[in-house]
Amino acid sequence: MGLQGKRRILTAINTTMLLALGVLILTPFLFMILGSLTPPRDIFAHGLGLRLPENVTISNYEALFVVRDGIYWRFFFNSVFVTAVTTAAVLVFTSMTGYGLGQYVFKGRNFLIILLLCTMMVPGTILLLPIFRMLMTFGLIDTHAGIILPAMVPSFAIFFFRQFCVGLPKDFAEAARIDGAGETRIFTQIYVPMMMPAYGAMAILTGMGVWNDFLWPMIVLRTTEMLTIAPGLLMSMSPYGNQWDIIFAGSVMSVVPIVILFLFNQRAFIDGLTVGGVKG
Amino acid sequence: MSSQTAIQGIPKRRKKITRQQIAPYLFVSPFIISFLVFLAYPLVQAFTLSFQQLIPFSMDFEWVGLDNFRRVLIDHRFFSALWNVARYTFWTCVILIPVPMFIAFIVNSKFTKCKSLIRSLLFIPVLTSTIIAGIVFQHMFSSEPGGAFNEFVALFGINPVRWLHQPGTAMFALVFIAVWRWTGVNMIYFLSGLNNVPQELYESAEVDGASGMQKFFFITTPMLKPIIIFVLTISITAGFALFNEPYVFWGTTSPQDIGTTVVILIYRAAFMLNDFGYAATLGVTLFFIVMIVNMLQLKIMGLFRKDD
Repeated sequence: MGLQGKRRILTAINTTMLLALGVLILTPFLFMILGSLTPPRDIFAHGLGLRLPENVTISNYEALFVVRDGIYWRFFFNSVFVTAVTTAAVLVFTSMTGYGLGQYVFKGRNFLIILLLCTMMVPGTILLLPIFRMLMTFGLIDTHAGIILPAMVPSFAIFFFRQFCVGLPKDFAEAARIDGAGETRIFTQIYVPMMMPAYGAMAILTGMGVWNDFLWPMIVLRTTEMLTIAPGLLMSMSPYGNQWDIIFAGSVMSVVPIVILFLFNQRAFIDGLTVGGVKG
Repeated sequence: MSSQTAIQGIPKRRKKITRQQIAPYLFVSPFIISFLVFLAYPLVQAFTLSFQQLIPFSMDFEWVGLDNFRRVLIDHRFFSALWNVARYTFWTCVILIPVPMFIAFIVNSKFTKCKSLIRSLLFIPVLTSTIIAGIVFQHMFSSEPGGAFNEFVALFGINPVRWLHQPGTAMFALVFIAVWRWTGVNMIYFLSGLNNVPQELYESAEVDGASGMQKFFFITTPMLKPIIIFVLTISITAGFALFNEPYVFWGTTSPQDIGTTVVILIYRAAFMLNDFGYAATLGVTLFFIVMIVNMLQLKIMGLFRKDD
């Protein structure tokens, strides 16, 4: 009995502490929401702290629709567009490649895998300027294509899909080949369904990354109307923009979709992420 | 291997076999194309540019040999930037490996309930962009007494701190955001590693009367070494490339360079000063520094393995 009681206490302590940590880690979101309900000049005057705003207002949310004819929603839908197209392209291209590297034995495969691992170690910042100049040559500056194209085949995602595919059985493909199925059909009808958990995890991870991307969109996009959310909000803070009222409300609105997406898929996501096997 | 025997074994099915031989190359073609266009070519460009300089009032470049690299060596801003990111990387590694590992260990314990809720809660911060997190924290770190962190230190009777205006507290703010955002992600990596630790190890240790702490230090930590190496590698690469948070806090110029990072200098040189050659050189230098640090780290971690 004594041992059982001790275990129960231990369980209670562990769980309470972790839950408390989980709640504590969410406090910045509380501050964000408080900020979105406070007039911007109050935030400047007092900072963002744990105190109910004196003049609670939803005018910041109204400003999202009013400021410069609702420029915020332009940012928002630019982000939706860029995120959707990039994520779709990433899923198609990297799952293809990962499948090719994971399920086939062919000349040059090991070389490609080593090359892939090397590309993962190149810091992206060294490539900013050359890719920028390349886009300039092709007239892709200030277009959404300019941020989508370079992001379509990330090595990390290929590696993830490859690790996943290595673990899948090969006999299905052999059997289908004997039945006369083509290679494309084997991939789309047999292996794609088996890779669903990997697709789920990669969709959230890629979507999150693109939705939150900042440096590259800020460099490539020039016109205010073309901006995505992160550079758009930061520009609104700048002396040129100076639209402080939309910043916190806009932040809340930009976090909401991604958190909802995550909460609905969190189990599939975290499981998929761990299945892919980060094996050092 | 198996495909070769297939080729020799069944000569009649030549047509099908050819398709099967070509197929993998088609499948991996997106990577090959993207590698050539968006990696190999720009990388060569970056290295070439680092030996060149834009001729004033033209679009042409001239070769300047090692001039750009000599400039790096006497650029004191570069060294303050490097010192900043080195300290930042050091602190993020020192905190963001043991802490998430320990949390993962507790989450994984059989004496913990609500595991999936806890995992999700801890994961949520990384869903926000660094820009938005940066904006919120910028005002939580306000110098005014009403900022969240000043409210907190006031509980201990400390006067309002000018968090983002002094070197030490500025670094604290940057590291704080990193810890807030990445604890959950690293914990997930460590959890995935813990799944591979055979349960029998813990059970036999319990039979021998090992305490929880002993199990953590003598079973969990060594078994998680591959994950530690992985997290260390990505933390070093990301740490030296720090840009977003200091950019939100201070823009491209900060008081006494407390928030200047190497990538901020690259950004300034490339996109504000049109100093393309120097920007490329800073990029190449950063590339080599990160490589060397990572190699050293891998070497040290590898040597450890031989010891035990």
